Amino acid sequence: MEYLLIIISAIFVNNIVLAQFLGICPFLGVSNKLSTASGMSLAVCFVITLATVVTYLINQYLLVPFGLTFLQTIAFILVIAALVQMVEIVLKKVSPSLYQALGIFLPLITTNCAVLGVAINVVTKQFTFGGEAHMLNLGEATVYAFATSLGYGLAMVLFAGIREHLALNDVPKAFKGLPIAMISVGIMALAFLGFSGIV
Amino acid sequence: MANKLSLITKGLLKENPTFVLVLGMCPTLATTTSAMNGLEMGLATMFVLILSNIVISLIAPVVPDKVHIPVYIVVIATFVTVLQLLMQAYTPEVYKTLGLFIPLIVVNCIILGRAEAFANKNGVVDSALDGIGIGLGFTLSLTVIGIVREVLGSGSVFGWKFIAGDGILAFVMAPGAFLVLGYLMVIFNKIAKK
Amino acid sequence: MAAKSNLTNMALCLTAVCLVCAAILGAVYSVTKAPIENAAAAEAQASIAKVLPEGGEISGELQAEAEGIDGYYVQADGEGAVVAYAVKTTAGGFGGPLTLMVGVLPDGSVYNTSVLSHSETPGLGAKCTDEKSHFREQWKGFSGELAVSKDGGDVDAITASTITSRAYTKAVAQAVSLVRAIEGGEALDSVSGASVNKEEE
Repeated sequence: MEYLLIIISAIFVNNIVLAQFLGICPFLGVSNKLSTASGMSLAVCFVITLATVVTYLINQYLLVPFGLTFLQTIAFILVIAALVQMVEIVLKKVSPSLYQALGIFLPLITTNCAVLGVAINVVTKQFTFGGEAHMLNLGEATVYAFATSLGYGLAMVLFAGIREHLALNDVPKAFKGLPIAMISVGIMALAFLGFSGIV
Repeated sequence: MANKLSLITKGLLKENPTFVLVLGMCPTLATTTSAMNGLEMGLATMFVLILSNIVISLIAPVVPDKVHIPVYIVVIATFVTVLQLLMQAYTPEVYKTLGLFIPLIVVNCIILGRAEAFANKNGVVDSALDGIGIGLGFTLSLTVIGIVREVLGSGSVFGWKFIAGDGILAFVMAPGAFLVLGYLMVIFNKIAKK
Repeated sequence: MAAKSNLTNMALCLTAVCLVCAAILGAVYSVTKAPIENAAAAEAQASIAKVLPEGGEISGELQAEAEGIDGYYVQADGEGAVVAYAVKTTAGGFGGPLTLMVGVLPDGSVYNTSVLSHSETPGLGAKCTDEKSHFREQWKGFSGELAVSKDGGDVDAITASTITSRAYTKAVAQAVSLVRAIEGGEALDSVSGASVNKEEE
C-alpha cells in the first residue's frame, strides 16, 4: 500500500518536472520530437534509479559512519558522473542496439539536475507517505526513484506530443520557440495541480 | 577598458543567461517564489560562478584535455560545498529556504557552460569579469521573475504587502513559474531583438 | 591551450585536484563547524523561548519514545518545580513533514506554538507560519478538543488548507499527550517506572 502511495505521489502529485522543477534543461532541450523524448526518458529512468541506489548505499555506509555528510554534494556528483560513464561503456559492449538508442543522451545526463536532486532528496529529506514522517529505507528509495523517473518520462512524452503540434501552428513571432513552450508547460503544470491532495 | 566593461554588461542583455541563453532553468523556476528568494539564489550562484571561473582559468593550461570535465566538476562542487557550509553557519534561514537548490548549483549548466566556453581560454581577470557579468545577469533575471511572481501571487514586493488578503495563488505555485518565465521571454524578445 | 593527455598526467592531475579540494573542504568544514552548531543551537533556543513563559531554567534536550516526538525540554522555576514543557513534534503535512515546537503547561493546555520546518504550499498551507493569523493566535492557551472543527474539535482550520491544519493539530496533540504521560507518569515513576524514557542526551 505504501509503495503504491509513493508511486502515485512521485508520478502525479509531486511530478519532478511540473512540481519540483528538476531536470528542466533536458526537458526543454530534447522534447522537440516524440522519439528523442522517449529515448531520453528511458536513459534518465535507468540512470536515476541506479544512481539513487548507489548514492544511498554510499551515504549510508561510507559518509554517515565517518561523519563526512558535508561531502555529500561532491561525492554524489562524482559517483553520478562515473556511473554514467560506466553505463555507457557497459551498454556499448552488452547491447549495441540499446546503446544506439540511448547513447547520445547519456553524456547529457550527468548535468541533469534531476539525477543529483533525487539522490540528495532521498538521503536528506523526510517523507510522509502513509502518515508518519520518516527517512526512506533502501526499498522505498528505489521505488521512489523509479517512480520519479517514470513521472519524468510521462511529462516529457506528453510535452513532446504537444510540441510536435505547436511546431505546425502559426504563433506570433515573439512567442516562437521557447516562450510558447514555456507557457504550454505552465498550462500542463496547472492541469497537474489537479492531482494535488489525492495522496 | 570599454572591452572590460562590455564583459560585465553583456550578461545583462546580449548574453543574458536566463532569457537568451536559457541556461540554469531549474533554480530559475523553483526559487523565484518571491523577489528576495530570487535575489538570494542569484547571489549564491554568482559566488560559485566567479570563484570557479577564476580557478578554472588558472588551472586550464595544465589540465590534460581528456579529464578536463571531471576536474572542472570537482572544482565547482568544492566551491558549492564551501558555499553550503558558509550559508549553514552564517545565514541558516536563507539556506533553509533555498534548500535543495544550493547543492544543485553544481549541475547548473551556466557554471560548467562558462567554464567551457570562456574561462578555459581566457585570462584570470577576464574570467572573473565574465563571472561577475553573467552572475549579475542571472541575479537580475531571477529577481525580476521573483518580483513579478510575488506581486501577482502574494500582492507584495520584497515582503512589503500592498494589498490586503491573497494574490493569485497559482503564480506562487509551479504553473505560475513557467507562465511568468514564458511571458517575460516574450517581452525580452520584443525589446532585445528590435 | 590544454595539455596533451597521457595516463600519467591524467592520473596525476585528478589526484592533485582531488587532494587540494579535499584539503580546502576539510579546512572550511573545521572553521564553520562551530558556527553551524551555534546557529542550530541558537535557533533551537529561540524557538523554545518563543513557546514558553518567560524566566526559569530550561533543561537540555530529553528524548521520549512516542509517536512523532523528536525531543522535549523541561522548564523549571527557581525551586525546581516544573513550569512548562517545550516539545518538538512532527506530523505529516500536505507537502511533507511539519515540525513544530509546542509549549505545554503541566495541566495539558497549550502555551504557544511555533513552526520549525515545513514544506506546505506557499499561500495555502504555508500560512501556518504566519504568527499573527487567527489560526496561530488560537493556540495561545488552547485547552479544547484537539481536532479541527470539521472533525468535531475546537480548532479552526486555515481556509482551504484542512490537511495542513489537521497535521498541525495532530502535532500539537502528540505534544500534549506526551506531557500528560509525563505528568501522569511521574506519579507512577516510583511505583512501576514510567513508560516515558527520560534520558539526558
